[in-house]
Parts: sequence; C-alpha cells; structure tokens
Amino acid sequence: MSEVILAANHLVKTYTQRSGRFGFGTSVVRALDDVSIQLRAGTTLAVVGESGSGKSTLARCLLQLQSLDSGEVLFEGQDLSKLDAPALRTVRKNLQMVFQDPFASLNPRMRVGELVGEGLLIHGLGSRAEQRQKVVAMLKRVGLSESDMQKYPHEFSGGQRQRIGIARALVLQPRVVVCDEPVSALDVSIQAQILLLLKELQQEMALSYIFISHDLRVVRHIADDIVVMHGGKVVEQGRVVEIYEQPQQAYTQNLLAAIPGHGRVNVERISNV
Amino acid sequence: MDADISVNTYNNAVPLLQLSHVSITPKKAPHRQLVKDVSFTIDAGKTTCVVGESGSGKSLTALSVMGLLSNQLQLSAGEIVFNDDSSGIQVLNQLSEIELQKIRGAKIAMIFQEPMTSLNPVLTVGYQIGESLTTHLGMKGNALEAKIASLLGMVGIPASRANSYPDELSGGQRQRVMIAMSIACEPRLLIADEPTTALDVTVQAQILKLLAELKSRMNMGMLFITHDFGVVADIADDVVVMFRGEIVESGSKAQVLGSPQHPYTQALLACVPDAEGKKALKPIDYAWLNEAESTQSMAQQNG
Repeated sequence: MSEVILAANHLVKTYTQRSGRFGFGTSVVRALDDVSIQLRAGTTLAVVGESGSGKSTLARCLLQLQSLDSGEVLFEGQDLSKLDAPALRTVRKNLQMVFQDPFASLNPRMRVGELVGEGLLIHGLGSRAEQRQKVVAMLKRVGLSESDMQKYPHEFSGGQRQRIGIARALVLQPRVVVCDEPVSALDVSIQAQILLLLKELQQEMALSYIFISHDLRVVRHIADDIVVMHGGKVVEQGRVVEIYEQPQQAYTQNLLAAIPGHGRVNVERISNV
Repeated sequence: MDADISVNTYNNAVPLLQLSHVSITPKKAPHRQLVKDVSFTIDAGKTTCVVGESGSGKSLTALSVMGLLSNQLQLSAGEIVFNDDSSGIQVLNQLSEIELQKIRGAKIAMIFQEPMTSLNPVLTVGYQIGESLTTHLGMKGNALEAKIASLLGMVGIPASRANSYPDELSGGQRQRVMIAMSIACEPRLLIADEPTTALDVTVQAQILKLLAELKSRMNMGMLFITHDFGVVADIADDVVVMFRGEIVESGSKAQVLGSPQHPYTQALLACVPDAEGKKALKPIDYAWLNEAESTQSMAQQNG
C-alpha cells in the first residue's frame, strides 16, 4: 500500500507574461513553486485549490505535456523529465489522463471506436482484431455498448462522453491516471455515477489516481490523500480524513468553510424536532 | 381575478410572482410539452430555488417569466402573474414587447449562467451597468457615474474598475458585475440562473452571501436556479424540484431537504456528496419511474 508509484520533487514552472504599457515589459508568474507530491500505488491523491492555483499546470507537468523549469518527476524510479521523446512515449502508456470538458476533449470527426482505440494503434498493441476486442470490452465496462463504436461524440450526453474519455484512458491498462476535474462539468446525478465508476475501475485494474478538483465534497468521497495548493505552492498535504477534521493552515480552513450546504445541518435539526 | 387585472391594482393577498399551470411547447410540435403544468409562487423577500437535472425545464421556466423564450417556443397554457406595489397586478404573458421592456431590468432582472459569455466584450463594465439606469430611470452624467460607483462598491469591486473591459476581470469579478447590472434599478424580483456554477467555492460563498444581503436589504424576491443542493441548503426559503418538465415536489426548504416525499427527490439527494464523508454515495435511481408508470398503466387499464 505504501509503495510510492509517482513522485514529484521540487517542481518549478514559470510563465513569462507581457506586461506594462504596450506589453513591452515582462513579468514572471510562478505557476509551480517548489511543489513536491507523492502518489502511493493503488490510492487516490486529490489536488485541490482555487482557479489559478496551479492544479492543472501540475497535472500537465507530471505527464510531461509541458516542460519543467526544474525538478524531477519519478515514475517507478525513472525520471520522466530526462527521457527523450521515444522513451517518453513508451512510458506514457502507463500514464493516462481524463480531461475536464467532455465536450471539448473528444475529436468531433472521429468515431468512438477510433477515439478509444487510437492509443492501442499508436503503441502497436495486438492485431486489429485484438484491438477491436479490447475496445469493445472497455466500452462495455464503462457502460456503453458495441454499437456505440460507430457513433460520433455529438450523439452522446455529457455523462456518456466522460465515460468515453475514461474508456480511452483505461484501454491501455495504465498504472497512473490523472483526472483533471472529471466531474465538474456534469450534473450532480451523473457525477455520482462517474465517481463510482472510477472507484470500481480503480479496484479492478489496480489504478492510482491523481484527482484534480475544486469540489471539496467530491474529493472527500474519492480521495485517500490530499494536497491543497494556493498560488503555485503546496499549502498543506496529508490524509483526507485528518485534513478535513483538523485543517492546520488558515487557507485550508477557509476553503473548507466555503463548502455550500452548512445550512443543511440546521434543516436536519428542524425536521427531527 | 380578471376584474383585478383590468383595474390594475396592487393586491396584498397576491404574491410577488405567481406561475399557474404554465406549459411550454415547441411551436412546430405543440404536443411535446417541454414544461408541463408548472405552478409555484414567490413572495417578496423570499427565495425560491428550482432544482433539477439538465433538461428538466428549469431554465425555460425562468426565461418564460422574463418573456425571453426563443421564437420557436411558445407558452401554450397557463399564466404568469406579477404583482408589484407600483404597477399593480400584471399578467406577464399577455403583455406586448414594449410593455415587457419596461419591466425587464427595472422590475424583474436576471443573472445569467455564464459570466464569461454574457457580458459584451467591447463595452466597459461601467457602461454596461449604467445602460439599464439610463434606459429605465433616465440617469446621466455625474449622477450616473456616482450610482455606478456605488453599485460596484456594493458588490465589492473598486469603483476605479468601471472603465475596465470584461476580459480584464476574473470570473468571480465578472459575475459580480452581472449582479451589479441586475440590481442597478432595484428590481422587485431577481432571477438567477445558476449564477455560481462556474465559480470557485470561496467566490461562490461570497456571491451567495452578497445575494442574501441584497435580498433582505431591498426586500427582493428571488428565483434561484441551481442543481447544487448545498447551495439550496444555504439560501432557499422554498424549494421546487423539477424532473422532465414537471414539478415532482415543492415545499419549504425544511420539508423538501429534511423529509423528501417523492422518490426522485430522495434519489437526487442521495447522490449529493457530503463534506463529512459519512454518507455512502449512490448513483441516481430511476426505479421509481418504472413503478410509477406501471401503476399508472394499470390504473388506465382498470379505468
């Protein structure tokens, strides 16, 4: 349980911004400022924070979708930031991502079968028939059917599209999945379905998740560990249960106090009387 | 009641807004009811929350109050009665476009869902806030500028930002500009269509607090559309639950959230994650729908 599968040490990422009159000056934004995290195998690490806190930059840097200024990302002891492109591609089979917006992250001109099978094609895994079999099995596992392979993304609802996104990430049987706000664009009723699906798949396929979210209620249900970010820095990290019960930092306390629904406690009291 | 309308008098017994048996259908397919027989009321100084999944008809209901339904849709049945102390009882769905324009923005205002897309990118936020003041109250010059500054102050944005363009503001600030616009003429009724869905929790908490303050200060009625039960628990007085165009349950917040009667409300509440993590998460359950249908068809067969 306690084996660390993915670790990031002292990540720094800066963006240069044009500023001043007519944009002649430049200013530097530190999107990641000495960020270190550890993901234990088979568990879920949630990254929470407000918009602009560097959550998504962290996700992209972990997968090397963006270059780092300094720091190292260790996946099973291998430093990803030092790998060349072909070596990185091989490793990426084990590192997949589920994106935030199910409406923007699927190519509208590709059929679902092609979308989900693309990874298998790129990594050259199995014959055509085997690939097809895997795609069908994965689609069925996430609650879609074989006939859906011929359809285009626009024929699906938001929840179904997110299932396609999950199938696409998991068909390669990765070790680590980075989920960037996977349920924030969905209705609350669909949210629960997707969260439960992610949890089931985690157990079946021994996945480790990095779960990026700004919804602290969702995080409470899915995560084992939590990292709170603010302004590119890690404010607080630890086990979910401990941090929700006894947040040490003022920022975390504010964040937890802002969760809507504190009024409901009173309602329950009223109804019990 | 028809007599009341003709003399246009204010009646204390009639609530601020009353929807009775409202149905909305596409003009080309009048048998397809998108909103079906919806009735509820809003009193001055109270908040009614409409909750439901996407496609349940929440937003259509709100748009019909403002008379902003798309050309392809029509209000096929029912009436929407607005009762205001200065203009008396008015049936909104029978008013002409010109009469409606006098009400929109002045008496009934709306906050739209997406602060990113509902502001005009080529006009300063100060101009956009002032627009309704000029149109409805004829304000201009220094008086207008002072009013805009005080409105911005009210929503917590420095008055110097009046000359900023929307792209220079953050999402939370833009949403606050939208709120400043909507309360500029001190409307009697504020319709908010998922005003905080796109925002961070901390900003959301600020906005909800601001709306609650404004509501009590101006004794404004509020129609609040959301799918977040946490938000409902924080701000609602009354709750209306919609499913597939129909109201399945309505009542006070304590009734609906504390002891939900309808199986859909129970299922919807069960899939809301709680911050304490005590409750097991359940996927939404439509089993009750089959039961309801089978009992209905049995009743039809027997009848």
